[in-house]
Amino acid sequence: MSHPEIGQRLASIKHVVLVLSGKGGVGKSSCTVQLALSLANQGRKVGVLDIDLCGPSIPRMLGLEGRQIHQATAGWVPVFADSGKQLACMSIGFLLPNKNTSVVWRGPKKNAMIKQFLADVYWGDLDYLLIDTPPGTSDEHLAVVEYLQEWNPDGAVIVTTPQAVALADVKKEINFCTKVGLPLLGLIENMSGFVCPHCAECTNVFSTGGGEGLAKHMDIPFLGRAPIDPNLVMLLEQEDKTVVPNVNNPDAEKIVTGSIVETYQHCELSKIFATITATLEAGLGETK
Amino acid sequence: MSNIPADANEHCPGPESAGAGKAAGCEGCPNQQICSTQASGPDPDLPLITQRLDQTHHKLLILSGKGGVGKSTFTAQLAFALSQTHEVGVVDIDVCGPSLPKIMGVEREDVHRSSNGWTPVFVSDSLSLMSIGFMLPDEDAAVIWRGPKKNGIIKQFLRDVDWPPLDFMLFDTPPGTSDEHLSVVQLLRDSGISGAVILTTPQEVALQDVRKEIDFCRKARVPIMGVVENMSGFVCPGCRHESAIFPPTTGGAQALCDELGIPLLGRIPLDPLVGRACDFGESFADSAPTSPAAVALAEIVKRIESLV
Repeated sequence: MSHPEIGQRLASIKHVVLVLSGKGGVGKSSCTVQLALSLANQGRKVGVLDIDLCGPSIPRMLGLEGRQIHQATAGWVPVFADSGKQLACMSIGFLLPNKNTSVVWRGPKKNAMIKQFLADVYWGDLDYLLIDTPPGTSDEHLAVVEYLQEWNPDGAVIVTTPQAVALADVKKEINFCTKVGLPLLGLIENMSGFVCPHCAECTNVFSTGGGEGLAKHMDIPFLGRAPIDPNLVMLLEQEDKTVVPNVNNPDAEKIVTGSIVETYQHCELSKIFATITATLEAGLGETK
Repeated sequence: MSNIPADANEHCPGPESAGAGKAAGCEGCPNQQICSTQASGPDPDLPLITQRLDQTHHKLLILSGKGGVGKSTFTAQLAFALSQTHEVGVVDIDVCGPSLPKIMGVEREDVHRSSNGWTPVFVSDSLSLMSIGFMLPDEDAAVIWRGPKKNGIIKQFLRDVDWPPLDFMLFDTPPGTSDEHLSVVQLLRDSGISGAVILTTPQEVALQDVRKEIDFCRKARVPIMGVVENMSGFVCPGCRHESAIFPPTTGGAQALCDELGIPLLGRIPLDPLVGRACDFGESFADSAPTSPAAVALAEIVKRIESLV
């Protein structure tokens, strides 16, 4: 089945990257957001498409809760996270009447929604479209791959945590990519260690090194290791994204920035993600 | 449960009625095609499932809208704890990411088939487990299934498994509010669900998804037993200071429970030893009985026992 309407939308987008993980709660959405913020900071135009229909987290993380999508003649206009319109976002969260509403949908309806997101959103010119997915290897994943396949998406970034239970699910996701012919762009090991704010000792809450070992074993580029950073968690949590979070010293003078893209640059993790995006961009043949 | 989809026409005859998709009121409904092509009438397997499970006293769903909050970990530890004094069966309906075989330490077991149906894998004399993990050719194999196939295997777990008489049957679910959740609720409609235990972590991003799950339970008329807050606070093994890895910026599970009028069953702190116990398939209450996480868990188990 051909979907020319999707091809038309994708024609103005340079790279389409999916963010996948078999396991839930490993940080797919937070990694997607951080990739997007890092890329936007380097002057790229980025779109984030959230296809986690039952649990959309991106609007909260980007501080876009309660915002609305507008319908224009060219299609649905995504919501922008900054005034410079570098970072656009589309999620089912923008379409729900209130935050308690559940989306109790079976497969076919979810597929239709994903198709609409791909065919009807007016992204304009983008350097990157990052697609955040729900956990698992089921309807949403099959749908998005099926719709994108004929337009050759660049591939998938896999996110994992280091413990064995997560790695088992992630291996399944990697096999899924191989089966459907989706190139693997790299693997990020998230939540690898937590630095105690009191004694600065690093504890491997979910063990460590598992992701790198898996990447080597499965022959995937290893993009980097991101520890748990309470300031980042706070940034994604708080409603006002222009205030730089300072968990260890909440009484310190507040630094206020112009947008979430700038605020993120004050987080320690932004340095790690700058390296991760540089590796990712090099893999995609993009140079600064 | 009422299966009428939210976007159905006003005079929807019900997707399970004989006139589904064909009645006058179905004209123009977005679900008309789905209704008219699927088999009508109640599911003929429902009586079989009810018969299979009539020796099972309490059926508990372990739910969470969010992934990775510890549904499987909690299910396994709850099962280990309950099986000290009760007969417990665990059904892993996370078809795409079955973690229970590993967490319960029965990873390489096989399911045997007898004239009475599939025999579940016994973790101990009083604890049995059924999971798709036992049926995969190797542990890395992906289960790339759309909804209907997932529903099929869940039905088989209920209809075709030779469960012993059980005091508790625990269902470990995948994240979300979709096929697996709808199926298990529909299949257990006649035999009854005692309640759902909802897991969450303290931060708002997780609570958002949990609110959706609670909304689902209310729509599906599944009674909610309470909420368990997992990973609440982390005690540094170096200096014993507690810090919030996932900060409760909006008041955590307590505020959610107050807002929605649901009991909070307890809080389990984040403990690296829990993760390790899971990786090695051990009961956490046995391997570290004095840790704060084990004490919190024991409290919660007591509350659940008293609630059913």
